[in-house]
Amino acid sequence: MTSFLTDGLIHAAFWVVVGLTFGGAVLAVFPRNIVYNVLGLIVCLSGVAGLFLYLGSFFLALMQLLIYVGAICVAIVFAIMLSPPLHLEAPKRRIPKLVLSAGAAGLFFAAIAAVSWKTAWKPAAQRGTDWSITTIGHFLLTKYSLVFEVISLVLLVAIIGAILTTGFSRRLSS
Amino acid sequence: MNSLTVYLVVGAVLFSLGLFGVLMRRNLIGMLISIELMLNGANLNFMAFNRFLAPEPAVGQIVTLFVMGIAAAEAAIGLSIILALFRYLHSINVERARRLEG
Repeated sequence: MTSFLTDGLIHAAFWVVVGLTFGGAVLAVFPRNIVYNVLGLIVCLSGVAGLFLYLGSFFLALMQLLIYVGAICVAIVFAIMLSPPLHLEAPKRRIPKLVLSAGAAGLFFAAIAAVSWKTAWKPAAQRGTDWSITTIGHFLLTKYSLVFEVISLVLLVAIIGAILTTGFSRRLSS
Repeated sequence: MNSLTVYLVVGAVLFSLGLFGVLMRRNLIGMLISIELMLNGANLNFMAFNRFLAPEPAVGQIVTLFVMGIAAAEAAIGLSIILALFRYLHSINVERARRLEG
């Protein structure tokens, strides 16, 4: 009885998390006010972190919260505060563009959903069961060490490039 | 609840909403937010395949970590370009940014 109850609770919580993700995504795309978009993005990314928990990876859920919600969303909020006044311009949405983009996105979604629904997915014959952080660290430093280093280099170049871009543009415009 | 298809469809919804946002919005920061949504849909796919099908459960998590790193770099560069463009054009509407020469 209790296990049935906890199973039901876990099940309900899963759909709550999915609903949170969808609601956040809708809030991130549709409103005109950019601050609402960022708040929706935060809700959506937290929902995705919850889905990662359901997929069995506590570490990646934490990383999702730390990197996406903690770093990227804060950076976007900073950019909003440094860029234009919010009430200044709101050009009207053009209906043909709206319809065309909705059609393209809907077509894409229909195709992807049909493919993932129709395909008979088969798990690999031999599946490991090691989900631990130790294994991830081991793989990062042995098999995928080149990619790891390249990502570090990309981040370094991105930091320097961001500083240079904003710094030079300030010098040009002033 | 615990089936691959549910996660794949959730990822597809996130990706399509992001695609819709990128095509529809004219605000550059809004487009960047939509791109983050698309990256998260892809991440969810990686994690789902990793959980249900892959022979080695650590690999999908590693790919997801790499995507997060790339997303951080992309956000930093994109936001700095947006700020530079705003200083130059006094607007972050994409349709105002028509010239490539400085």
